[in-house]
Formats: sequence, structure tokens, C-alpha cells
Amino acid sequence: MTYLSTNWSLYRGKLATELGLKLFLALVFVGLTGCGSGESNVSAGNKNGTLYWGNGTEPQTLDPQIATGVPESHIISAVMEGLVLKNRKTLEPIPGVAESWDISADGTVYTFKLRDNARWSNGDTHTAHDYAWSWWRALQPALGNLYAYMLFPIKNARQYYEGDISDFSEVGVKALDDRTLQVTLSFPTPYFLQLLDHYSTYPVHKETIEKFGDADQRGTRWTYEGNLVGNGPFQLVDWKINRRIVVEGNPHYWDANNVSLNKIVFIPIENIVTEERMFRAKQLHVTSSLPADKISVYRAAKDPELRIAPYLGTYYYRLNVRKPQLKDPRVRRALAMSVDRQRLVDNITKGGQIPAYAMTPPGTMGYYPESDLTFDPEGAKRLLAEAGYPNGEGFPSTEILYNTNEGHRKVAVALQDMWKKHLNIDIRLLNQEWKVYLDTESAGQYEISRAGWIGDYVDPNNFLDLFLCNGGNNRTGWCNEEYDRLILDVAPSMSSLKERLEVFQKAENMLLDDMPIIPIYTYTSVQLVNSAVKNLDPNIMNSPAYKDIYLQADK
Amino acid sequence: MYRFALGRLLQAIPVLLVVITVTFFLVHSAPGGPFSADKAVPPEVIKALEEQYNLNQPVWQQYIGYLGDVLRGDFGPSFKYSGRTVNELIGAGLPITAELALYAMLVALGVGITAGVGAAMRPNTLQDYLPMTGAMIGICMPSFLLGPLLVLIFGIHLDWLPVSGWGDIPGDKILPSITLGTGYAAYIARLSRGGMLEVLSQDYIRTARAKGLSERLIIVKHALRGGLIPVVAFLGPAFAGLLAGSFVVETIFQIPGMGRFYVQAAFNRDYTLILGMTIFLSTLIIVFNLLSDMLAIWLNPKLRHELEGAKS
Repeated sequence: MTYLSTNWSLYRGKLATELGLKLFLALVFVGLTGCGSGESNVSAGNKNGTLYWGNGTEPQTLDPQIATGVPESHIISAVMEGLVLKNRKTLEPIPGVAESWDISADGTVYTFKLRDNARWSNGDTHTAHDYAWSWWRALQPALGNLYAYMLFPIKNARQYYEGDISDFSEVGVKALDDRTLQVTLSFPTPYFLQLLDHYSTYPVHKETIEKFGDADQRGTRWTYEGNLVGNGPFQLVDWKINRRIVVEGNPHYWDANNVSLNKIVFIPIENIVTEERMFRAKQLHVTSSLPADKISVYRAAKDPELRIAPYLGTYYYRLNVRKPQLKDPRVRRALAMSVDRQRLVDNITKGGQIPAYAMTPPGTMGYYPESDLTFDPEGAKRLLAEAGYPNGEGFPSTEILYNTNEGHRKVAVALQDMWKKHLNIDIRLLNQEWKVYLDTESAGQYEISRAGWIGDYVDPNNFLDLFLCNGGNNRTGWCNEEYDRLILDVAPSMSSLKERLEVFQKAENMLLDDMPIIPIYTYTSVQLVNSAVKNLDPNIMNSPAYKDIYLQADK
Repeated sequence: MYRFALGRLLQAIPVLLVVITVTFFLVHSAPGGPFSADKAVPPEVIKALEEQYNLNQPVWQQYIGYLGDVLRGDFGPSFKYSGRTVNELIGAGLPITAELALYAMLVALGVGITAGVGAAMRPNTLQDYLPMTGAMIGICMPSFLLGPLLVLIFGIHLDWLPVSGWGDIPGDKILPSITLGTGYAAYIARLSRGGMLEVLSQDYIRTARAKGLSERLIIVKHALRGGLIPVVAFLGPAFAGLLAGSFVVETIFQIPGMGRFYVQAAFNRDYTLILGMTIFLSTLIIVFNLLSDMLAIWLNPKLRHELEGAKS
């Protein structure tokens, strides 16, 4: 067909011309209606107490027993609250809904006294029974709660979850009266109080959930604006998909008088480059992150708004010990010893990361892992020779698997280079899209793979129990029964913190001797924080205490 | 004309069926499921989730069930956004994406036609070369480069326009519309230049010139009508392309349109969302192509006669 006909009708051609002209006028109109940027979010927010928070991605859900991500955790912690809160600097447990608690001498029975002015955001009284019901819900397999294991220290909770017992009254949660909750643990768990500030253990409002569906039903609409009833310092007032989530002060909150912010606007921004531009344009008070190539720019300018803090997470490589060339621990040690971590964090990652020589980040619950691992290329060469590969000769070509991401690629290239230089072995790189990478790794179809672990709670247990023989997150094929015994039986039975940490050190040493993983660095959280934001103190879980934050513009 | 439209709509049914079938089996055969995560997922949870979303059934059974839902206009629940339906997610983003596409189209038409007609009036002069070189650059410049460039210049350094948002701050719709529209403006400039050059060489234009009409009158009154027919034919596919291709611009400018879901859904293996978006966008493309063909026929009697001739 040709549209270029000479035989066209004057009448219809005229229409086209007019159409074009009108469209053009409309365009000019659009252009004119909106020049001038007006007042920025930040300066308006500083006046009326509204915090603009860059929040990563659109939340999957605000149901605390289904959610799993950091963006979700921010919003949930604004609209809900657990029995305890954390000190915003040290993360020590402080009273939340529970005004006090007693712990039995053997450390297994916790008795919480709830505040008598604890209320739900609709004004309902908030009682100890809410916890028994919420934790019952959290342990329903049909709900698909990925954090059900947070409640496993409670007596019989795991057995109930796995279907070995069916009567919930056998689980160690009892509301003795409206204001008293008694929790019985199967063994003393020094980090138990911390778990109660994890959103998966927050109480949920029974009547609301049942109004919108079954208690163990996923995907009901109870968490949407207008429906959600919480017990936190703020309440949900607006949720526009991919645009913003707005929370406002909750007048029924027990400590409402001490909440300074009127409003928080959570803005989902996947693109961290856009987020940084929005921060510079004063549309955000706080960013969730900062692109790696911008970090050095902000550092060079000594920008006070740049905030880098240690983060409870370890970036490491898994070594698949089932592969022939990685079976020998000497080979794995040699690989670990020839990684120049200091150079890596100084020149490649550049975010102030801390070189890691053990799995557990230093300072976790007062635990500073000792490690004999160092950067020792000569020693590494010797070990590799002992293992039968003098000067790398005969070492099979080995592959690093990582999920497609520029940052991961840079680290992999650096390690490839270091291993070639120091051990003279050839490493290939393979990147896969995220979900494919997860499949490949879980199936054990890799040789070396990139990994990272961010702590759920501050305790060495959370890092070391990854490598239990049957641990779903192990994925290396490494299994040591003595290690399992230390983590599962010995550490929980220790009565003093010092003894317990010694057990963890022993386990950590076994891990480092056998080296099924190569610790690379301890993460840092990197974000931009406007100078008007006060009381947002850095902490190793990078978890904000919204109720304490206030805004005060510098004069 | 109606019979033509009806025929085309009937043709669209097998096309859509193929789109649904291929997409359905492709997403279900992609490695990694919707519920796999970095943190190991307990088998109890996987089982519960697969039951809830019928993923424990054989794939063909899921396919039949899905077709039934689609016929009823129900794209099902999103796997990732617990509690949201795919219809709801598309419904939330569509008006915004459509508005963005419309403004981008206006930019494209305004700039493109002006540049193209101007160039055709003085072919092979500076007035031709400059806009056409610009158009070439516009076609080649990807929006993920143009967008940040515009933001840096007009948003950050000059501080004239907002760097992000949609309808939140006055003027925040300008940069995204320009970014999305530029590639199409360039294309339209070249189309209208070609169309105008062809028309301007026709006998009746020479006649008009011989009559002593002013050049402006010749262009506006006589030449534009025919010269822009290729542009009109391009409008339908272009608008569909703008709707489907707004993803990059939406991400750069933090616009809550539906494009952002498209790529995210694929990464998340959100089967129902991928399928819903694909079917919806395919339908849009089919409809806009049909509309633009019908407009072209309506504007061009030769084609209409051919059509009517075939009918009788």
C-alpha cells in the first residue's frame, strides 16, 4: 500500500492539517502551564513535619508476617510495633508495647507486662491475647511466612509449624491475663528479645484480618489504606502504587506525645541514580542508597550529608566443595589467602567496606572473631603446591558464578585477576539473571559463587548457623557434624555470654580452617541524609526509629 | 469500512491466542520460580504457595484455567504484590502512561512536523541539513542517555524544572514528555520531509506557483494535506510504541506508570503480571494499528475505492 497518493481529497487533507495545528497548540499549552519548580519537598517538609524518605522498591505487602524486604520493614515499623523496641544507637532492647519484663533464672521463661494504655489505631484495646493469636497466625504454613523461624526458639513452635503437633496450646505462648504474656523457650536464647523487634513477630489486628479473609490467607486487602489497623506510632493514610505511601501520626499510640513527625512520605525509587538526583533537587530527606561511582565524589567533597556506617552483613564467595578441584581444603585456603581485600575495598567497591577475614561481622553482640586468615600470596602458593598444583599447573579452569550486576562483576574481575597473578590459575566468569542464578546455586551447579548475608538479628548465631549440614542457605556441600553440634547444642546451653562467644569462636575457626566460603568484606550502609533530619542515628542494622526522628533546618 | 474493521478484529483473535500461548509457556519454562529467594524458602512454604496459586497443577491445566480467566477479563492476582490483582496494577499505571504517551506524541508532532516541513521547503540547504542532522541524532540518542542529560542541564544546573515525579510539582511533566517524544519527533521529521518533498514536486503545486500564490499559502493550504499522510499512518504504531516503550522514561523520572511493572515482573517471575501486561499491550498495538489504517483509508480515497471495489 502506498499512502503517498496524488489523488487525495482536499477535504480530508484539510482535516489532517487542522489536526496537526491543534495538537501543536495543545503542546505549547502544556509547555506553558508548568514552569517554575515551587517549594521543594524538603523545605516544605521541614516546616510542617513531613519526612520524605527514599524507600527503594514498591512494597510487596505490608502484612508483617508475609513481608520480607527492607522497604517493607521501614513502613511496617512506622505503623506497627512489637513488645520491645531497640535503642536507636546501640540496638539494645528497650520497652515497646511491653513496659517491663522478667526473665526466669534459667533464661527460658519471659513474662511481659503490657502497657495499659496500649491501643490499636482504631482505638481498640491491645492485649496480651493479640500476641498469642498473631504468633499462631505466623506459624501457619499456608500463610507462607518466610520468617516463621524467628519464633522457633519458643517451646514447640517449630514442631507446631512442621505439623508434628497440632495443638497450639502446647506452644510456649500464654496470655495469663489481658496485660501479661508469658513466653516459654525451649532453651535460653540470649537474642530472644531482639527477635521481638523483628516485624514478623509484631502483633496484628485479628478483627481486621478476619474481616478481609481467613487468618492464614495470603493476599487479602487488610493492609491497604483505609483497612489497615496497626499499633505503631503512625498510621497508613495513603498508598498510591509506585508513587508514594503516606503515614500520619497515630493519636492512639501509647507514646503519641513524644512522636515529633506529623507525616512520613515513603517514595519507592528503584533507580538509585534517579534517587540521588531527587536528593540533590531537595525532593528527599533520606536516600536508600547511593550509586557506587558517586561515593568517591561525595567523599572527595567531604559532603556532610553522605553517611557511611558499618552494616551487619558479609559479602562472601561460596566454594562448592563437591567439585573435584575444590575438595581439598588447602586449595580453598589458598584461594582465600590470595585475595587482597584491602585493595579491593579501596579501589573497587569504594564504599568504606571493611575487609572481612571471618564470616561473622566484627562487633556482633560483643563478638570480634579472631582469624588467622591474612593476605599471604606466598603462603597461598605453597598450599596450592602441596595440594598438587605447583605454580597453578594442572589446576582445572574454574568458574565464578554471580548474578548480573555491575558491582558484582567488578569484584569478580578483581578476584579473577588476583588469582591469576598470585596463584597462576585461570578463572572464568559467568553471570546469570537473578532467579536463574538462585536456581543454579541451589542446585549446586557451580564452582565458586558470589553470596551475601545480611543479619536478621545481632548475634553470631545468625551468621554461623548458615553452614549447618542441612542449612538451606549452606549450598556449598560442606558438612561438619562437630560444627553442627557446637551451634545447635553447645552454644545454646552456655550460661554466660563469654562462654557462648567462645563456642562461636571455636565454630568460626572450624569454618575458617575448612574454608567452604571466602569472606570478602563487611558491608556498609551508604546513604544521603539531609542535615535537617535529627535523631536518625546510624546503627549496624541501619534500622531507623521513626518515632524519635524530628526535622530542624539549619539556620 | 465496517466490514474491513470487523475482519481485522477477527484476525486479531488468533494473533492474541498465539501471543498468550507463547508467553504462557515461555514464562513457565523460564528457570527460577516466582517464590525463589536469596534466603532459603522452607519446603512447607513453597508447597503452600504453589497450592494457593495453582502452580501444583499440570501446566496445561493451568493454561486452560488461565485462558478461561482471561476470557472473563480477569488477569488474576499478582504473585509478587500480595493482595493486588493484575487488573488493578495495570489500571493504576495506565492513565499515567497514557498521559505521558500523549504528551510525548504532541512533542513529537509539533517538533517533527515543523522541522520536516521546514527542511522540505528548502531541500539541500542549511535549513534542510541542520534539522535532519538533528533528527538523525534524535533517532540515535537513547532515552536513557537523553533523559539524564536533560535532567542535569534543566533540572540540576539551571534549576528550571523538576527532576522527577508526575503531577506532584508544577512542570514535572515537561522533561519526561520531551525525553520520550524526541526519538519519535526525529522520525516524524524525516517522514514529513519525505512526504512534503514528494508532494511539492507534483504538477498541481507547480500550477499553484504559476498562479502566483505565496509560498506560505502553497505549503499550508495545498501541500501539507498530502505531505502529512505518511505521518498519520505512523501515528497508530507510534502511539502503541510510546505506551509500551515508556519503561525507561518512567524509571528515570520516577513516574508511577505501568511500564515500570513490565520489566520488574519479568525479573520477579510474576507470571500473571507478565502475561497480563503482554496481553494488554498486544491488544493495544493491534487496536492502534487498526485505527491508524482506518484513518489512512479515510484520508486516502484511492485506498477506499480499492476496498470498496473488492467488496462489490
